[in-house]
Amino acid sequence: MIRLHHVSKSYDGGRTLAVRNLTLGVERGELMVLLGESGCGKTTTLKMINRLIESTAGRIEVDGQNVRDHDPVLLRRGIGYVFQRIGLFPHMTVAQNVAIVPRLQGWTRPQIEERVRELLDMVDMPPAEFADRMPRRLSGGQQQRVGVARALAVRPKIMLMDEPFGALDPITRASLQDQYRRIHDRLGLTSVMVTHDMTEALLMASRIAVLSSGRLLQVGAPRDLLTAPADAYVRQLMQTPKQQADRLEALVEETEP
Amino acid sequence: MADLPEYLGQHVLISALALAIGMALSLPLAVLAARSRMLRWPVLTVASVIQTIPSLALLALFYPVLLAVAYVTERALGLSFSALGFLPTIIALTLYSMLPILRNTVTGILNVDPAMTEAARGLGMRPRQVLFRVELPLALPVIIAGIRTATVWVVGIATLSTPVGQASLGNYIFAGLHMENWISVLFGCAVAAALAIVLDQLIGLMQSAAANRSSMRAFAAAIGLVLVIGGGLSPLVVCGRAGGARREVVVGAKTFAEQYVLAAVVRDRLADAGIEATTREGLGSTVVFRALAGNEIDCYVDYSGTIWVNYMGREDIADAQTVLREVTAWLKHEHGIVCLGALGFENAYALAMRRERAEALGVRTIAGLAAHTPTMQIGGSYEFFGRPEWPTIRDAYGLRFAGRRQYQSTFMYKAVQNADVDVIAAFSSDGRITAYDLVVLEDPSNAIPPYDAVLLLSPKAAKMPRLAETLRPLIGAVPIDLMREANHMVGRDENKRTVDEAARWLLRQIHGTAP
Repeated sequence: MIRLHHVSKSYDGGRTLAVRNLTLGVERGELMVLLGESGCGKTTTLKMINRLIESTAGRIEVDGQNVRDHDPVLLRRGIGYVFQRIGLFPHMTVAQNVAIVPRLQGWTRPQIEERVRELLDMVDMPPAEFADRMPRRLSGGQQQRVGVARALAVRPKIMLMDEPFGALDPITRASLQDQYRRIHDRLGLTSVMVTHDMTEALLMASRIAVLSSGRLLQVGAPRDLLTAPADAYVRQLMQTPKQQADRLEALVEETEP
Repeated sequence: MADLPEYLGQHVLISALALAIGMALSLPLAVLAARSRMLRWPVLTVASVIQTIPSLALLALFYPVLLAVAYVTERALGLSFSALGFLPTIIALTLYSMLPILRNTVTGILNVDPAMTEAARGLGMRPRQVLFRVELPLALPVIIAGIRTATVWVVGIATLSTPVGQASLGNYIFAGLHMENWISVLFGCAVAAALAIVLDQLIGLMQSAAANRSSMRAFAAAIGLVLVIGGGLSPLVVCGRAGGARREVVVGAKTFAEQYVLAAVVRDRLADAGIEATTREGLGSTVVFRALAGNEIDCYVDYSGTIWVNYMGREDIADAQTVLREVTAWLKHEHGIVCLGALGFENAYALAMRRERAEALGVRTIAGLAAHTPTMQIGGSYEFFGRPEWPTIRDAYGLRFAGRRQYQSTFMYKAVQNADVDVIAAFSSDGRITAYDLVVLEDPSNAIPPYDAVLLLSPKAAKMPRLAETLRPLIGAVPIDLMREANHMVGRDENKRTVDEAARWLLRQIHGTAP
């Protein structure tokens, strides 16, 4: 569904590379997580898919077509984009925020209204209560749910998410992780998600791609990364969630009679 | 007070128009500047530099610029327009309104939370859509704040339009300054300030509407603005005066009391003969001359010496008749201006001293004064000591004053009265010469050029048959003591008369009959 072939990105004319010769494929229906430390190039990689950032070298294909052959604006309308800072427009209501891309695409009023209702229901935000609210009167979790609804408005097949739950508290985050995985499965989406939270990656991903310093270190299912890390860095990365899982298990066993 | 609807209306007109044009220019320019770093610095810097030019200078600057443009367009395209008054005022005020609007709009757009523009782009908005649907709405409170600042500035600076011939609330201020009528000055300031405050508050309401996304407030603010601006403009519309063709005779006047009085005299004389006339006072000296030459005003009183020295550039001195003859000829030949003749008095620089002192020393002429000067102080205005007349007089008579003091004209008279100075450089038709019992020393060597007050008609006005006839009786009808008395009436503090009262009195004296 999404193919990156030898993709590179440099911000300084080639002296340093934020993304180095990356080759990666995302299959239809997958939830691919790009995992790594700050500065490893995962966000840059994500943003090259919808051309918010232009690649310096290499080829990116979406659904078989080189993204450079598309008008970037139309490309982005067909791909959902959700990011950490949420970016709901404060001068518009929830409904108006969700309706943005349908309006850009020229849908009729009744079509838009119905779609907005449908989406708000999908993210568990009853339209009667929330449609006319202003973003400043929503909690962080509610705002990001609207953000997801907004991104799904014109039924994109691909969702790009850049640390979407990073600004939320752990309880809300866990809830939204579950919710999104369910939506992803139900709608048959292909999602690419950037995170530096290992647990989140392990719990949500179909496959995880580990990046470091712009390079792809390993890509595989969560179990594979845990049991067969490709190199020391990946092994160390997986240590923390592993240890935490062990300690949690020990805690649970302790409390059983 | 009767002029309030006219002055207020004109003031609202020029302010509103300048702001409208300023916004139309600044907003698109600011959007471009926000987008392009290369454009941003030059645009903001040029606007800042314009702001540093003193407002009056900027207004005055456009008058000769527009004259030149008008000359060219008339020659090249046959199109003529008035370079006085409306146009230079609008251009200068528009330029002034631009900096706050430009700067605030650029800042507002640049300060929009980057998350907003990232979301907008990520969703698939085109740059223009990002601008109109996200950036501008979010920057709107800051943009409106800029418009608010510009409004207050423009309403304030519009008061400076008077010297370039555009009527505004400044007419009260300038007339008051020239006539030392402080009530008039305060009145003009108060009305202008009130207008500025009202507009500021209404726009503030609009700003709060934008910040709170309240359409109620926006509506209220809009209604308020429409009422204020519409109300201000209505007298103009009713009288059909905003940019309509001139039907009345326009009498110009410079910036001192005598000019205001004489303009009123001419106006009243014309009115008596059934010719509608209006005055335009407070015009700068060069402005009024050019306005006459360009048919933008129809007549005014100037002084033969002023024309001789400033416009003809003559450095030699001749006697009064010769100067009058040659000035008349030059005006007709060079500009088509008709000089109807001398009114009968001179407003020349004059060395004056207290009568008792002069008599005690037996001094009647400046020649006689010379011997006493080493023990004397002379007082005069800053302008006088900078003029060519001063060294001419000084050298012609060998005056060697022990000291010289510079004064504002009010204080100058008090100074000679208190014997702080012995001699002052006064104006010969000033009412205070009589009031303070001063005597003007004679000038036997003709070191001081003659400054006969002369009545001038524009080329167009000269062709109006009744005009010259009606005004001719004024020629030779105003002796100097009459003019001094009229000036004194207007200038003194106790029992101060208005310009109109002084003019009516003067006219009565001239005719010897009641109007």
